[in-house]
Amino acid sequence: MTALIALPVLLPILGAAITVIGSRSPTLQRVVGVVVLLAVSAIAVVLLVESDARGPLVAELGGWAAPVGISLVADRLSALLLLVSALVTLAVLVYAIDQRIADYGRGTVSTTFHPMYLMLSAGVSLAYLTGDLFTLFVAFEIMLTASYVLITRRTSAAKIRAGMTYVTVSLLSSLLFLTAIGLVYAATGTVNLADLAGRIELLPPGLVTVLGLMLLVVFGIKAAMVPLHFWLPDSYPNAPGPVAALFAGLLTKVGFYAMLRTQTLLFHREEPWTLLLVLSVATMLVGALGALAQNDVNRLLSFLLVSHIGFMLFGLAVFDAAGVSGAALYAAHHITVLATLFLVSGLITRRTGTVALDRMGGLARTAPGLAVLFAIPALTLAGVPPTAGFVAKLALLQAGVAAGPWTTAVAGVVIIASLLTLYALARVWVRVFWGEPKPALPDDDPDDEVVVGTAERTPVPMYAATAGLVAVSLAIAVFAGPLSAVTGRAGVDLLDREPYRTAVLGVGP
Amino acid sequence: MTIFDEWDAPREPWMLPGACRRGRTRRLLLEVAARTLFPTMLVFSLYLLLVGHYSPGGGFAAGLVAGLAFVLRHIAGGSVGFGMPVPVRPPVVIGSGLAIAVLTALVPLLVGSPALSSAKLAVDIPLLGPVSAQTSLFLDIGVYLLIVGVVVDLLRSLGAGIERDMREAEEWLP
Amino acid sequence: MTGPTTINLAMAVTVGVLYTAGFYLLLQRSLMRVLIGVVVLGHGTNLLLQIAGGPPGRAPIVGTGTAETITDPLPQALALTAVVITFALTTYLLALGYRSFVLVGHDEVQDDVEDRRIATQKMPSASLDDDQDHTDEDHTDEAATRQDPS
Repeated sequence: MTALIALPVLLPILGAAITVIGSRSPTLQRVVGVVVLLAVSAIAVVLLVESDARGPLVAELGGWAAPVGISLVADRLSALLLLVSALVTLAVLVYAIDQRIADYGRGTVSTTFHPMYLMLSAGVSLAYLTGDLFTLFVAFEIMLTASYVLITRRTSAAKIRAGMTYVTVSLLSSLLFLTAIGLVYAATGTVNLADLAGRIELLPPGLVTVLGLMLLVVFGIKAAMVPLHFWLPDSYPNAPGPVAALFAGLLTKVGFYAMLRTQTLLFHREEPWTLLLVLSVATMLVGALGALAQNDVNRLLSFLLVSHIGFMLFGLAVFDAAGVSGAALYAAHHITVLATLFLVSGLITRRTGTVALDRMGGLARTAPGLAVLFAIPALTLAGVPPTAGFVAKLALLQAGVAAGPWTTAVAGVVIIASLLTLYALARVWVRVFWGEPKPALPDDDPDDEVVVGTAERTPVPMYAATAGLVAVSLAIAVFAGPLSAVTGRAGVDLLDREPYRTAVLGVGP
Repeated sequence: MTIFDEWDAPREPWMLPGACRRGRTRRLLLEVAARTLFPTMLVFSLYLLLVGHYSPGGGFAAGLVAGLAFVLRHIAGGSVGFGMPVPVRPPVVIGSGLAIAVLTALVPLLVGSPALSSAKLAVDIPLLGPVSAQTSLFLDIGVYLLIVGVVVDLLRSLGAGIERDMREAEEWLP
Repeated sequence: MTGPTTINLAMAVTVGVLYTAGFYLLLQRSLMRVLIGVVVLGHGTNLLLQIAGGPPGRAPIVGTGTAETITDPLPQALALTAVVITFALTTYLLALGYRSFVLVGHDEVQDDVEDRRIATQKMPSASLDDDQDHTDEDHTDEAATRQDPS
């Protein structure tokens, strides 16, 4: 069973190698990409079932035991996020493949897209599975390097600055991460997370605070936590549709996962974390209010993405089993719904030829199917019952109210931010889907990757991939009972820490 | 036996007087040094690759030395007739290296060991005597190919590509 | 393996200087300076990793000394990995700067035009009412200007 743990990392890398070698055969690339991601999804299902039944699964790379060697750990949290991420990656790949076929023709050769897409998937898997702070850094680098290539390839002059901002900010956060690792190692002499959990408690409290805050800042940049979010609404809207969907779905959530993992495992608290509560309020409100001011549909979604990172931060800030499990459930739901919304936005843009809200209209009449595809994830994101978003938000609210007066107050902010989200999305709905149909505008920037205003050449699989993601989101709502039971157990495990440490180190405390 | 007459005859127009158009910018010493150093560095990189498990060296260091040999060749000879000694595209080299490395990591799973495990292979070769190697040598070979491929690809896209841009813009060449 | 109890002051100051210079350069507009900033900051980080490994000693190769006299190999492995990653990303930034130079004529990071436009809006047109017959001419003009890649 432990043999499976390394596969979600190694298979995509192998797939990337094959797609590089076969870069002159687009069909081979497409088949390899889809097959690899299907395999990763299947493995993730097995890992989730097994880790839920038997506790954290550990694989020691090269046979070197922790804390000397590198361990890969699949517990409930990582297996669940791995599964959701793999499904989203697969759906977005299908969408991207068909978009490329429609826009550039079936025989178009791409040396970089498929290898980089699979490398990004490998990096995401490694980030979820690693049990080692430095391997987490490597995972982030694999993921980010692939994302740099994906966001800057075929950019036009107008959009290259977005790529620059993204690359520079990510590089800065990576170097800060490395600094934090150096400090952690200097203080404790290990980078293994399970080993660190025991050793950090022995350090002076001031040093522990510094290390905890450094890791918070590092993952805060990656997760787009206010006030470290500024790069996100600037860069994501300029990426091609599927790439933006992938980034919005996965990258920030990997940052949040790293934050959740390190803070619960290394920096244990007994009561809610005031600093993170304040930051989560700021994130929720800045994101939601920022979304209201936007006219560009992708920028609006980016701000909503930031806003909803605040919901997860709130779950972590509550710092009890209910809060953490709520955050985990929210992350799983958020990965699917944001990716879906960005894919739908890509479909809308293809039909209307613009991203400006005030230049579209009447799509409910001309494209009713698209309206349904938008409405379901929009209601899910806003948290209207009985969607998955409602289930996840309810878990967070219950955790907040149970934890004390201050967290109850922040739970009120959660409701306000949800209403603002609903308002922002209703604005999109009114502008885009109601009103008089407007003719499609010509492509404003023919040089770049984003081809717009080509509704008649939108193949069915693009809609099917989006609908598949909507189905995943609905499945989360339907199976909310078992899922919240799994995340509940994951939350208890995360705060208990002993199952993880025992599984990795092989001995009790 | 024409093969013995021709085996060292240049097969590509690399740094030959007729092929190099940049008559004024050629540097004789650098070219002579590059001609001598290029094969030497490649052999040295293979040495580093093979001793890597027990001594300083390994796939990455060896790959960088080999890559530097190509960089030297590029600096001395420019992009004229630039390419790998064998006609193979750099992406194929990169992909093969990556595939070899990943397969080396995956093979132990088939025999029930953790991924990336290594074992010692010992062979008794006549005349040479006992030869032993770790299976991690294959990982090193993969890394070696990967690095060489990346460096050559970089030279091709950044070095030769920029040179071509400049020549098209007529900024540089007479 | 024990953590260092004392560290070399000269090394600590060097790390501080490298970080200061690196962050200063990162705040510049020109991508070349940002690139140099990343390189300097990367050097600072790698030096920090080295210092984290404790006092210097013999090379960490089996047979060169006892466990007490050799240095801690792990920070060196970490630093090597970090060097490789920084090297790769430096190359990438270099290529990006060159691309920007080819496309735009310089390598300076530009302002976010859409952000500026929203910041200068007098009233956010974020109302549900003025949607259908949207005739706010100024607004549409500004939106149209934004579409021009200028």
